[in-house]
Amino acid sequence: MAADAGTLTATSYAVRVRNLVRGTNGRVILDNLDLDIAQGEFVALLGRSGSGKSTLLRAIAGIDNLTGSGLIETPEKCSFVFQDSRLLPWLRVLDNVVIGLRTPDARERGRAALAEVGLAGRERAWPGELSGGEQQRVALARALVTEPELLLADEPFGALDALTRLRMHALLGELCARHRPTVLLVTHDVDEAITLADRVLLLDNRRIGLDLQIDLPKPRSHRQPRFLEYRETLLRALGVDQTED
Amino acid sequence: MTTSVLTRPEAVATVPRQHSRHRLRLGRPIPLGVAIGPLLLLAVWTIGSAIGWIETRVLSAPWTVVTTAGELIAEGRLQEHLAVSAQRAGISLAVGTTVGVVLALISGLSRWGEALIDGPVQIKRAIPPLALLPLLILWFGIGEQMKIITITLSVVVPIYIHTHNGLRSIDARYVELAESLRLPRSVFLRRVVLPGALPGFLLGMRFAVVNAWLALVVVEQVNSFSGIGYMMELARQYGQTEVIIVGLVLYALLGLLSDGAVRLVQRRALSWRRTLAH
Repeated sequence: MAADAGTLTATSYAVRVRNLVRGTNGRVILDNLDLDIAQGEFVALLGRSGSGKSTLLRAIAGIDNLTGSGLIETPEKCSFVFQDSRLLPWLRVLDNVVIGLRTPDARERGRAALAEVGLAGRERAWPGELSGGEQQRVALARALVTEPELLLADEPFGALDALTRLRMHALLGELCARHRPTVLLVTHDVDEAITLADRVLLLDNRRIGLDLQIDLPKPRSHRQPRFLEYRETLLRALGVDQTED
Repeated sequence: MTTSVLTRPEAVATVPRQHSRHRLRLGRPIPLGVAIGPLLLLAVWTIGSAIGWIETRVLSAPWTVVTTAGELIAEGRLQEHLAVSAQRAGISLAVGTTVGVVLALISGLSRWGEALIDGPVQIKRAIPPLALLPLLILWFGIGEQMKIITITLSVVVPIYIHTHNGLRSIDARYVELAESLRLPRSVFLRRVVLPGALPGFLLGMRFAVVNAWLALVVVEQVNSFSGIGYMMELARQYGQTEVIIVGLVLYALLGLLSDGAVRLVQRRALSWRRTLAH
C-alpha cells in the first residue's frame, strides 16, 4: 500500500493525507481523515466552528502539538498565513517580510514582494503603524516571498472588515494566479470559499464530508445563478436552513 | 422641522458641558513641575541656614557644602574617590548584568536550565542582599574582591528576574510563527527571543543600577580606604557634616544620572513601542 501511494504523489498531488487521527485529552478531533490536493489547486476548507478545520491545517503545516497518527505528505516549501498578521512588532515591515529568507538577495526579494501587495515605500514602517488590512498584506508578502509550493491559510481575512476583505480576495486571487502555489484556505465564509477556490471541502463529523468542484470562470460574481446554487448546497450541508429568506 | 433638528443638539451640547462636567482626571501637567519640590526644599535649607534656624553642626549651610565641594575638587580628593566608586560600580554592573542575562537565557530557554537555576536564584532573592555580607567577608576578606562580589550579587538578581520574566512572557503565537517559518534556532534567538525579552531586561537594568549604588554605599562604609562611602565615613569621625552632604549629593547625582541613562537606552531600543502614541 505504501508503494502504491508513493507513485500517486510523485505524479500529481501536492498534499496527501492518509488515516489522519488527531485528538486531545481523549476527545477525537479528526478521525481517519483522507485528503488529496492536486498540484496548483486552490482548495477551501469549510466547517462549523470547532469542527477541526484549524487542527487539520496545523497538522499539515506540522505546527500542532496534539497526539495522533497518520501519514502527511507535503512539499518542502510551505508557508502559513495566520488569522492575525502575526508580524513581530519590533521588526520593521521589510525585516518581517524577509525573516524566513536566507539568501543574499533577500532584501531585494522582500521589496518586490511588498510592491506586489501594494506596500512599496512602507519598508521602514513599524507594524504598529499599519492598518489591519495592511498588516495582513505584509503577512501575505512574508508567506509568498519564499515562493512556496504550498500555501496554508487559517481564516486569513477573518479579522478584517467587509470592504477590506473583498480587496484582499482580489489580491489573493491575483497573487495565486501569478505564483501558482497549491493553496489550502480554511474559512467560515461560504462566499469567500466559492469566490476563490477550485474545490470546496466541508469538514464534518471528523472527516471530509463534502467535496465540491467549483466550475465557474474567474472572476466570479455573487449574482451568477451557479454561484447561488453552490452556496445553497454548502449552506445546507453546514446545516443552515435558508427557506425563511 | 429641519431647523429644530439642527439647533437642538447645539443647545443641549453647550449648556451642560460648561457646568456639570464631572472631572476625575488630573489637570494639565505643570511645566517643570518635577523641579518645584526639590527647589522648595533647597529654599527652606538656604533661608533656614541664613537666619540661624538650622544649626551648622546638624546640617551645614548650602554655601558651605558648595565651597567644601570646591575645595575637595581642588585637592583632587573628590575625583579620586569618585573614580574608585565608579570603577567598583561599573565592574560589578558589567559582570552582574552578563551573569544575570546568561542565567536567564539558560533558565528561560530550557526546562533543565530552569530546574537547576531558577530555584537557587529565587532563594537568593528571598535573602536581603546585605544579609550575606558577614559570610562574604569571612569568605573573601575585606578587600576589593568582597566589595565587587557583593555589588555583583545585588545586580544579578533583578537582571535575572526581569529578563527571565521577559523571556517567558514572549507571546506563544510568535513561537508558532517561528516554527511555521522553520527558523533556525540562531535566527529564532536573535530576531524573536532577544528583542522580545529586551523590555524585561531593561526594566531589570533600572533596578540593577539602583541596587548597585545601594550595595556600593554599604561596602564602602563597612571597611574601606577609598571611595565616596569612605570619604563620608571619615567625615563622620571628624564631624564634618558638609563633607557628608557632598557625598550624599554625589550619590543622588550618580543615581539620577545612571537611571536617566538606562531610560534613554530604553526609549531608543523600544522605539517600536511608541508607534501607537504618535
